[in-house]
Amino acid sequence: MQRGMLSRPVGLLFLAPAIVFIAVFLVYPFFSIFQMSFTNTTLVGVNAVNPQFVGFDNYVALFNADQWMRRGEMGFSLLLTAQFVIGSGLIGQAVLGLFIAVLLHNRRGFTRELVFTLAIAAWIIPDVVVAFAWFAYLAPDGTLNNLLNTLGIAGPDWLFKHPMISIIFFNTWRGAAFSMLLFSSALSSIPPSQLETADVLGASGWQKFRDILLPQLTPYILTDLLLITLWTFNTFTPFLLTGGGPSYQTDVISIFTYRIGLRFFEFGKGSAAAMVVMIINLAIASIYLLVSRSRKVRA
Amino acid sequence: MTTRSRKPRVTFRFMLGTLLAYVIAIIFLLPLLWFIFAPFNDHAVLSASIPASLSLSNFGEVLDSDIAMRGLLINSPIIGIGTMLITTAVAALAAFGLSRSRLPGRQMWTYVLILFSSVVVGTASMVPIFRLIFEIGLINTHIGVILVMVGGMLPSAIFIMQDFVDGVPSSYEEAAMVMGASPLRIFKDITFPLIRPGLMVVGIWVLINAWGAFLTPYLLLRSPDLLPASVTFYRFYDEEGSPQITLIAAYAVLYTLPVLVMYLIINWRYGFRFFGGIKS
Repeated sequence: MQRGMLSRPVGLLFLAPAIVFIAVFLVYPFFSIFQMSFTNTTLVGVNAVNPQFVGFDNYVALFNADQWMRRGEMGFSLLLTAQFVIGSGLIGQAVLGLFIAVLLHNRRGFTRELVFTLAIAAWIIPDVVVAFAWFAYLAPDGTLNNLLNTLGIAGPDWLFKHPMISIIFFNTWRGAAFSMLLFSSALSSIPPSQLETADVLGASGWQKFRDILLPQLTPYILTDLLLITLWTFNTFTPFLLTGGGPSYQTDVISIFTYRIGLRFFEFGKGSAAAMVVMIINLAIASIYLLVSRSRKVRA
Repeated sequence: MTTRSRKPRVTFRFMLGTLLAYVIAIIFLLPLLWFIFAPFNDHAVLSASIPASLSLSNFGEVLDSDIAMRGLLINSPIIGIGTMLITTAVAALAAFGLSRSRLPGRQMWTYVLILFSSVVVGTASMVPIFRLIFEIGLINTHIGVILVMVGGMLPSAIFIMQDFVDGVPSSYEEAAMVMGASPLRIFKDITFPLIRPGLMVVGIWVLINAWGAFLTPYLLLRSPDLLPASVTFYRFYDEEGSPQITLIAAYAVLYTLPVLVMYLIINWRYGFRFFGGIKS
């Protein structure tokens, strides 16, 4: 590779369009959120033209100890988000993805293609379409309850009675393909001779998984967990299924931020919420970069 | 390796694994069943059922809906292709600049960029972006939506593109430089054609994401005749607010088909290569 073929100004010239986009749509929003979060900016009215500096008022309002854990408030939303991330991301997607990858490791042919194709379809189909598919699937007279009826079980109105469990299952189904693909490509780099030797020694399936596959997968598992945490934390798709309801029971943090900042156009308070979200994102992403860096050093 | 005495155990385990795989396949299939049957059933309800007779009348009704067809045939392609062309071009230029110049700390910049783009995302970043687009008068325009989406996808696009630019052998570019070609000429006539696979991969990745994007156009567009298919999807509700199931089913098929075709193309031409998550 020819580093230094271009002089520094010419190199910057090639980078200029990208720098403009990133400055306007990544860097500016970041500082704008920071600045707006200390004001009472709104979309229209007096405070749109002439916003007042209000200090930490927006943050105090968000973290108000009396209301913090009430329905529709930030503490309650963060608690729901934690349930959602742990349930659908860490347990659902990562475990299901790992399970499928190990199950179909060293298999070829129709079974593998079928599972992979269906999982990838669930992952690649646009948000609004899968959201409606699940709306129909979980409806009181939908496919799931009709199936349960044939088994003699009367299914509930899932989205109304068990909204959090519904979006956890939805998001697990939606995103498991990523972990599955990541772990499959990681597994394919493990030499088959190791498993064959273990077979000769009479190791059980669980022993092979625990002593051979798992140690070599550990770095990939870390990468996977961190990326999934970041994505699940920020996903807005549950909104298309439940709208955050009923009565705030699926009001995860992305929906909370949207509600405050963009439906009611309270930009100041919305920005304070966005700032909290970005600080949590920064923490997750920093851990991710630290882990992937230390892995590179070891390699 | 498999002795006679151990063979039955292995076969049993293999069968069990196959059985489990089919159970998983069915779990993944069940929520999608509806989309296989309902579009061709002119009496479709929310539950999936095999239609008594195959009918294409649902598609006919969708074709009659102006807003839906505008979304599908005009607005979604404008937004998708616009975002794709700008993102791919800007990312290719940036990757070339990063790869071939003496800029300090190139590795670090890519890291910072990726870090930043995973921090400023989702509804959190939409608050100031909405305000910015509102202030500069690009609210309710396609170009506003396109620019915002380019900004969001650019860091990952540059990251993917760098692998391809780094893979171009230096001798071609050096030869051209010796013969006096300008940097832009080298990029246009040598590097650009050689990174075509990268342009394809990034382009289709962007197109799939832009085609499916809901939040950005939903927030930035107001006029019904500007909405892309992802938002007009929610137009098929009757006066009482209940979904017109037959139309939604047929529209979903028309809307999803391009994404599946694009995915199949990328998979068939280039195989599934892992770019740290091809879907954001």
